[in-house]
Amino acid sequence: MALLEVQNLKKYFRTPRGPLHAVDDVTFKLEKGKTVGVVGESGCGKTTLGRTIIHLLDRTEGKIFFNEKDVSDPTKKELKELREDMQIIFQDPYSSLNPRKTVSETIAEPMKVQGKMTKTDIRAEVRSLMETVGLAERFENSYPHELDGGRRQRIGVARALALRPSFIVCDEPVSALDVSIQAQIINLMLDLQEERGIAYMFVTHDLSVVKYISDDIIVMYLGNMVEMAPSEELFENPLHPYTKALLSAIPEPDIHNQTERIIMRGELTSPINPKPGCRFMARCEYASEECEGSQILEEHTAGHFVMCCKYKQITN
Amino acid sequence: MAEKILEIKDLVVEYHTDAAIVHAVSGVNLSVIKGETLGLVGETGAGKTTIARSILRILPTPPAKFRSGEIIFGGEELTTKTEVEMRKIRGNRIAMIFQDPMTALNPIETVGWQIAEAISLHNEVRRDEAEKRAMDMLEMVGIPMERFMEYPHQFSGGMKQRVVIAMALACNPELLLADEPTTALDVTIQAQVLKMMQDLKDRLNMSVILITHDLGVVATSCQSVAVIYAGEIVEYGTVEHIFDHPAHPYTNGLFGSLPRLKTTERRLKPIKGLMPDPTKMPEGCRYAERCPDATEECSAKPPDVAEVTPGHQVKCIKAGR
Repeated sequence: MALLEVQNLKKYFRTPRGPLHAVDDVTFKLEKGKTVGVVGESGCGKTTLGRTIIHLLDRTEGKIFFNEKDVSDPTKKELKELREDMQIIFQDPYSSLNPRKTVSETIAEPMKVQGKMTKTDIRAEVRSLMETVGLAERFENSYPHELDGGRRQRIGVARALALRPSFIVCDEPVSALDVSIQAQIINLMLDLQEERGIAYMFVTHDLSVVKYISDDIIVMYLGNMVEMAPSEELFENPLHPYTKALLSAIPEPDIHNQTERIIMRGELTSPINPKPGCRFMARCEYASEECEGSQILEEHTAGHFVMCCKYKQITN
Repeated sequence: MAEKILEIKDLVVEYHTDAAIVHAVSGVNLSVIKGETLGLVGETGAGKTTIARSILRILPTPPAKFRSGEIIFGGEELTTKTEVEMRKIRGNRIAMIFQDPMTALNPIETVGWQIAEAISLHNEVRRDEAEKRAMDMLEMVGIPMERFMEYPHQFSGGMKQRVVIAMALACNPELLLADEPTTALDVTIQAQVLKMMQDLKDRLNMSVILITHDLGVVATSCQSVAVIYAGEIVEYGTVEHIFDHPAHPYTNGLFGSLPRLKTTERRLKPIKGLMPDPTKMPEGCRYAERCPDATEECSAKPPDVAEVTPGHQVKCIKAGR
């Protein structure tokens, strides 16, 4: 039974030059206690996807099921209940915290809004949450500006955990942190998942991070889901030319096994009023006329989907 | 013996504020061999950028205070030069690429003119000659000449960083200081820019100091590496030394923190704790508090630099034992 099911989700933004296709036809399922990684470059729609799923943005088309229930158009009351179960950790630990609230006030906020707990209970819960995420009690009355990036992100994690959600969207939660701190936060998130059985949607541009924590990975390009596969499978057997280029572009911290890099031409094209056909075409070394036709998501092996009309030719 | 283009000896830089003194760089020694790329690796606040800015003397004073040190560039001492002399070096013989391409460009000048300006400042050329050379520079970094008259906001992040690189290279510098040149860029664009920098370095026979926090970038682009922690170089050597035989516990910690593509492990090994407060640096080894192998001896007095193999220096009392 899937915890979350997203069907043909679309999110278009209206711009003076036409609709911007931020998320275009994304479909996937996420089981309880598992992690789906969403990767892609800036502007590919990965953040919009996360925000649309938890209703921070209204969808344009498509369906969202949570716990087998259609939650595509929740009423205000339903949304409030849904928020107990769906939370988000934001990318920037500097701007996502209210500078005028102390650590304990920030963590208590979701419980106050929910209005189901007494003050004493909230206070006790804040203490235990701070302990869970590794924030010393002495920071209780500190303000965000007094803390470093790693500790701030721990506040963000504690706040997301406050209502005991079963699903958390993690939007680049470690991108703004130094590697040694990044590793601390990633390990914390893995521990929490084991203890509480939380499902994550982990949005990031960093493929090496996503490999660590994901069960399945979705690769996005200009709003399209171009490839989806179990983590190991994606890294061993990438099918889409974009995935291949993306994987080869990562600088490996190893001086002996430097793989040949695929240097892509050009940059992302505009997602406003995109032409039908493959959106990666302009940068793809295999592009030909057939790529101008509309592309469909094909299932290559069980659970491994790819949106490229030439992937069989390329792979062989 | 290879020729050294730059040598820094015992550089000490502090920031004086009303509240306290920040020990940003404490006794750094390093040198850059002609035609080589030296990687300066470290985390936020380690002092990487302060070192680069000290070389060009572009730190705001106050609050920055240059305590001591020698910076010898092509046989000349830079620290005693006058401001007028420094201006002839900045952007001409030593150029810098700043971290954030979004803020490094002037939004109200065309990109072409911003490059041409650097050329006409340092060379006695007519404006049309400077513009012609600026166009050549744009082509060299892969931007079509037609975009000469466009403004920075019309360029994407990767393109802006190319403009910044074109500007830095416009006067054929002998030394390029690249401060996190690809950190703000996507991986595929980063790969393009790193490849381009490599090609240009070889073509123009430049030396480069590449500041980064990314060991992957170091592995792809550098010949030697200095690992910086809390204002000090803790390990220094060739890429082979650092990647094959890392000897300082901090270097090992950095490698342990990195998620790797080619492993199957499910847990990272982070470094515990945080960097020390730079206004209250510990007496002894600055890494002792986070070090898994630290003993009382480590906190008692600062460790000496030990040379474990020729050219491989480690600032740790346990190294070489």
